[in-house]
Amino acid sequence: MSAGRWTVAPAGGVEPTVERTERHPIVTEADVVRVRQIVRNLAVTAKMSLVDQTKMVTAASELARNTLVYGGGGSMTVDIVDNGRRRGIRAVFVDSGPGIPDMDLALTDGWTSGSGLGLGLSGSRRLVDDFAIESSPGAGTTVRIVKWSR
Amino acid sequence: MDRIPILKMGNLLLVSIQVDLQDQLALALQDDLSERIVATGARGVLIDISALEIVDSFIGRMLSTIAALSRLLDAETVVVGMRPAVAITLVELGLYMPGVRTALTLEHGLALLGAEVRVRLPEDEALVDLDADSAEVTDLGAGAAPNGRSALTEGAWSG
Ligand SMILES: Nc1ncnc2c1ncn2[C@@H]1O[C@H](COP(=O)(O)OP(=O)(O)O)[C@@H](O)[C@H]1O
Ligand SMILES: [Mg+2]
Repeated sequence: MSAGRWTVAPAGGVEPTVERTERHPIVTEADVVRVRQIVRNLAVTAKMSLVDQTKMVTAASELARNTLVYGGGGSMTVDIVDNGRRRGIRAVFVDSGPGIPDMDLALTDGWTSGSGLGLGLSGSRRLVDDFAIESSPGAGTTVRIVKWSR
Repeated sequence: MDRIPILKMGNLLLVSIQVDLQDQLALALQDDLSERIVATGARGVLIDISALEIVDSFIGRMLSTIAALSRLLDAETVVVGMRPAVAITLVELGLYMPGVRTALTLEHGLALLGAEVRVRLPEDEALVDLDADSAEVTDLGAGAAPNGRSALTEGAWSG
């Protein structure tokens, strides 16, 4: 596929109100562990069910590792969001690494350019309510996920 | 770097993962376990993940690799104590951990390894009831084996 700017956006929806925003660096493996703990704490604060917390933390863990391993490091910004009816957690992973040349391939179950299981992107997409990814070769990758409390 | 402790009980190796695993620590456990299987001639590996709040694809791959490695080294691996929320998440993630045997509790895991052990035992008197309650299971390492070896004796394996 040709190189270009790729965007996979969620189906749509109202831009939610942000209650608080925190930005966390992802430059070491310890940061990936910290990301899991931070997302867990916010998910508890947002009164997510245990299963939803677990799904959100797992998705964040996958994306944080990608940011570190493939993006060469970056950050996560995480908020509690509120759309008037429900609260949720939004996490945005940003790096300025090599980007993803073929988004369809990267989002395919089991496809990896490294030695992973190739389930990080495709799997975390299934675990959350909204999944948006933007990447262009040479200009890094941004992945945004949202999970709502039920 | 820290290591995850590996306990030996008879011809089983026991691992209880009590920390939120960094990737390097998970890889180190893989290496340590294969070394210990060879060094001790262990026939079973029991990994307790009841303290793990999540299992992502990296940890899942580690568990699959340990199961595959141990099988090559003639030992069976059973993962015990997976939390229900973790199981639900793994299915949605698409991670099925092929080749990894699981049991709900430590006792069930021991029984599972014991059941396999039974099939290989040549003599009935060498049998140990691993379906016993936890007190008796604890006895396996200490009480039932005064010489420090498990009642699941070596020699019973040679057949
Ligand atoms: N932040 C990123 N920057 C560059 N490439 C990425 C990034 N995230 C994912 N990728 C690419 O997408 C592929 C699939 O990612 P993923 O589904 O997490 O599987 P895995 O991590 O097992 O390779 C990766 O192998 C990599 O090529
Ligand atoms: Mg990944």
